[in-house]
Amino acid sequence: MPERAAFAPQYASVPHRDNTAELGMWVFIATEVLLFGGLILAYFVYRHAFLQGFAEGSRHTDIVIGTTNTAVLLTSSFLVAWAVEVFSPDTARLSAWLLTGAACLGLFFIVLKGIEYSKEYDEHLVPGVDFQFAGPLANGVQLFFIFYFVATAIHALHMLIGICLLTTLAAICRKAPTARHHTALHSAALYWHFVDVVWIFLFALIYLPGRSSS
Amino acid sequence: MSETNYLTTDYTLRSWFLTTDHKRIAILYFASLIFFFFIGGAAATVIRIELATPQGDLVSSDTYNRLFTMHGIIMVWFFLIPSIPNTLGNFVVPLMIGARDLAFPRLNLMSWYIFMLGGCTTLFAIFAGGIDTGWTFYTPFSTLYSNSYVILAAAGVFIAGFSSILTGLNFIVSIHRLRAPGLTWYRLPLFLWSLYATSVILVLATPVLAITLLLIATERFFGVGIFDPRIGGDPLLFQHLFWFYSHPAVYIMILPGMGVINELISCFSRKEVFGYKFVAWASLAIAAVGFLVWGHHMFVSGQSLVASLVFSFMSFIVAVPSAIKVFNWTATLHKGLLRFDAPMLYALGFIGLFTIGGLTGLFLACLAYDVHATDTYFVVAHFHYIMVGGMVTAYFGGLHYWWPKITGRLYSEHWARAAAVLIFFGFNLTFFPQFILGAEGMPRRYHIYPPEFQVWNVLSSGGAAILALAYLMPLFYLGYSAFFGPRAPANPWDAPGLEWQTSSPPPEHNFATQPVVTRKPYQYNRNFQAEPQNA
Repeated sequence: MPERAAFAPQYASVPHRDNTAELGMWVFIATEVLLFGGLILAYFVYRHAFLQGFAEGSRHTDIVIGTTNTAVLLTSSFLVAWAVEVFSPDTARLSAWLLTGAACLGLFFIVLKGIEYSKEYDEHLVPGVDFQFAGPLANGVQLFFIFYFVATAIHALHMLIGICLLTTLAAICRKAPTARHHTALHSAALYWHFVDVVWIFLFALIYLPGRSSS
Repeated sequence: MSETNYLTTDYTLRSWFLTTDHKRIAILYFASLIFFFFIGGAAATVIRIELATPQGDLVSSDTYNRLFTMHGIIMVWFFLIPSIPNTLGNFVVPLMIGARDLAFPRLNLMSWYIFMLGGCTTLFAIFAGGIDTGWTFYTPFSTLYSNSYVILAAAGVFIAGFSSILTGLNFIVSIHRLRAPGLTWYRLPLFLWSLYATSVILVLATPVLAITLLLIATERFFGVGIFDPRIGGDPLLFQHLFWFYSHPAVYIMILPGMGVINELISCFSRKEVFGYKFVAWASLAIAAVGFLVWGHHMFVSGQSLVASLVFSFMSFIVAVPSAIKVFNWTATLHKGLLRFDAPMLYALGFIGLFTIGGLTGLFLACLAYDVHATDTYFVVAHFHYIMVGGMVTAYFGGLHYWWPKITGRLYSEHWARAAAVLIFFGFNLTFFPQFILGAEGMPRRYHIYPPEFQVWNVLSSGGAAILALAYLMPLFYLGYSAFFGPRAPANPWDAPGLEWQTSSPPPEHNFATQPVVTRKPYQYNRNFQAEPQNA
């Protein structure tokens, strides 16, 4: 068996491979933007039609958990950015710790989200499962919560994928990191930041509408 | 045959199902698509037999609904959308850019497995009982009333969407980053420009379909009212989201076909494509404007008149780059040394059929006429002229053109020409009467119709029989050629593209040495001989 080349035959060099991989991640993010974009568009259509209902729905969300989660996710993104900055085969231990920290913060986000979901379940705010809301705003509130659950569930799924990526990279950093893992780390970091940015939009759309002027 | 090529490197099943070679993956896609094409075709056959008489004497209304839905879903998502990009594109893109593979070969293989998973899910839905919503899944029928396997079918399409996205991503990145030295953007064959435009649509439109289908499935599964007007939802929002994907999807289906036609017209006219830059940018213009015309599917839905006017105007605009292409192809033919080999027959057929399909599209872009034609056979005939007359014809043309490169064998030119001519006549006989039926007001999606429409329906069904026969022919003579045909030389058509400068079939990594591109594509000298791009 010949020894495996450092890069696959379609590339001319290591930097060529790395640039190509990075572009691939950017194109993937473009596709993801449109995935959430379609959902957010539908949200806006209904928010326009049910302004009061969406504001009322928003007031029933837990802004303390929402804000905490935003802080948690931003911190985790910071740790990932730090890990990318310092990554090299020599400083891999630090990178491993930073990535583990970021993944733990991601898990913490998911746990908080779970607590939030269970609170909403207790308050009968889960459309299709247990939804009770009296009054003229019921339709708008229900639509709001449908979007709330669909959007946060898809976001949580992205988080779980991201946590797996970060954990894998942390394990690699601990064992046998080489310079080629920099690109993998960089791409995973791009993805994680993207998930973070989506959350910032969702945070504004979910938690803030009914709270500005009351 | 002393040297090994991509087909002879390894014969094991494992070497096929775990391959990362773009050429082998193209073959995997090709085999799968033949399968889906004949499944979708079988449904169409039953539909045409049923419509031969005005009475509903073959199938019940309910079965008929399931048949045309099955035909639509299979043909759109499991044949037309992946057809040229995933088979011919997969095979020739790396060859044309002078690369040894696509940028992400494992992702390429994964896209095939995802595609098959989506395909099997949809087939399961179909054979478990079928779907009766039409391929468009319109709400509130699909979410509230339909008693068929909507969620399962939507899941199949949803899954297959990711394979589209991965293919688009792979092409975009490969065309950006893996071009051979000297291969500038304006030296790219036009097939690559059109596949690039297609890939942009695949990457940007498919996720919107994904989220829309997810919302449909959520509504059905949880019984919530996302699109249910009784509790505040808006069924029209579904149509907007759906067509935001599905109109650009029409361009996913036709742009690669247009790309193939450039290669064919140029090679068999022995001339450079007229107005290269215009044709190249027309592809991107179609992709861009194609995102802004979706409302023309909704003229009678009750959307605002202003919206309809804007969408109507934009739909006329999108005809401009399409017409540029048609005019430039005909200008390419002018004073060329025309050779009427089978691929050229398909290409000429394409130009005629696409022109008819395109011009009748303008009828439908007119607000006033569209009210009359909506949901009639006029629409059915129009989009079949584009999808089948255009895309499938281009697919067959491209398949014949690159066949010697793919298999290393030559096919029977006589049989191929006969099939091309038969497809052209069978197609016109099938679908031209449908324009008349539509103009006279026969609605689509009914299996019982007034007796005065029977003449045209019988003609159409007769044409469909010819078409079915013609579509079966390549299965035999190409199948024979694949195993017993005479060996093909590296460049049987004497074409200048990079894919013809390596052996047929190409070696595992395409080129023995990295080609360096020195000139524009489609160059022929005074004696009409090709001047290879890399010499």
